[in-house]
Amino acid sequence: MSNIAIIDYGMGNCKSVVNMLRKIGVGSIIASEPSALSNVCKIILPGVGAFDNAMKRLQEKKFLEPLKNLIVNKNVPILGICLGMQLFADKSEEGVLPGLGLIPGEVKHFDFTELKSTPSRLLIPHMGWNIVKPTSKKNPLFQNISTPMRFYFVHSFHFVCKNPENIIGITNYGYNFPSAIKKGNIYGVQFHPEKSHKFGMQLLKNFAEL
Amino acid sequence: MLRARVIPCLLLHKRGLVKTVKFKNPRYIGDPINAVRIFNEKEVDELVVLDIDATTQGREPDYSQIEDIVSEAFMPVCYGGGVSTVSQMRKLFHIGVEKISISSAAVQRPALITEAANIFGRQSIVVTLDIKRTIFKRNYQVVIKNASQKTGLNPLKFAKQVVKLGAGELLINNVDLDGTMRGYDLPLLKNITDSVEIPVIALGGAGSIQDLGLVIQKAGVSAAAAGSLFVYHGKHKAVLINYPTEYELKEILGVSFHE
Repeated sequence: MSNIAIIDYGMGNCKSVVNMLRKIGVGSIIASEPSALSNVCKIILPGVGAFDNAMKRLQEKKFLEPLKNLIVNKNVPILGICLGMQLFADKSEEGVLPGLGLIPGEVKHFDFTELKSTPSRLLIPHMGWNIVKPTSKKNPLFQNISTPMRFYFVHSFHFVCKNPENIIGITNYGYNFPSAIKKGNIYGVQFHPEKSHKFGMQLLKNFAEL
Repeated sequence: MLRARVIPCLLLHKRGLVKTVKFKNPRYIGDPINAVRIFNEKEVDELVVLDIDATTQGREPDYSQIEDIVSEAFMPVCYGGGVSTVSQMRKLFHIGVEKISISSAAVQRPALITEAANIFGRQSIVVTLDIKRTIFKRNYQVVIKNASQKTGLNPLKFAKQVVKLGAGELLINNVDLDGTMRGYDLPLLKNITDSVEIPVIALGGAGSIQDLGLVIQKAGVSAAAAGSLFVYHGKHKAVLINYPTEYELKEILGVSFHE
């Protein structure tokens, strides 16, 4: 199996992803510049922090065009994690810069004002272990994961898909939101598989074996 | 629905894993990496790792040891101990730590909280308040440097202040209850969760898994952390790394994981 590149643009915990991939016997490289992407078979885009800051960093490090070329023209599978997934959107309430525009939709802040009653206090960020319900049993990302599938979340914003068919996993926090999305070779997860024990290990393994 | 988190808290002392009583008499428990491996198998929600020497010895975090620990941890890890600058935090995040706890530094230079939150995002900045009852009054105050120094700060007021400054989470550690396994200080914790809009982690006093349920339900904390409970077994405190199963947690916390 050839290499998975983890994009290091100063916005995420690349080390945790490398650690978990190593644990499951998958080789990976940390790509700190676009030239490192020449021979990769898959890409992981992690991300922690603010939307605009992340887009700026991708641009400054000249990742934008090479990434789009690999994903759109060469069909290289990519997995966006947390903010990395949110960057796939057209735009975000968190910033003013446009997103990568890879999966139609926008990123919104959790908004509980419409909720009539809540069983417990809904703090923001949504932080902790929560359930992900796959929308289809066939999805390759969720194969062989024991149910209920639980993953670790830390986020204040979430994706809103324009096309419901792009949603492959749903999580409830106050209301249902898309916690996993897919369009062709582009996958995004709002949670942190690299910090989600056997659940995350299997998900990363599934992605590596795509 | 989101289940409240249950977090083992590991103390580092002379590179070993220890457990204290009221912040004193550290007893050697074992090798920290071995403990982390066991907690992996038990699928713990999260880990808090505190170096109890770093601040009092005035030294930096032991980056190589932390890296060894974190590279074995497949759950989020919060590190605390000896962190007083943004550049130290940058190193720690680079190693693979998800959250950083600051305590003495938060009292001595509160602006650090804001600087850190702006750079790393507030969700990754935990402010830890070590709290102790005052001698003459039935009041509480914040203490620092491994409880060796009083600050006179009122915990509630200080908690509100650090939240305003950008703290993403509060770890409330009760010095008087540390290692006693007598149960959490529910009224104090309830007061704090009623006054802030960020997650509060309770630490200090847990003696049974029922205590975890109590502090989550009665004091409204987002997470229950414990030391002794997860490293000792039985009334003679034999060392045994343990953690409730997902089934037990659901029972205690009264939350269905199937929605």
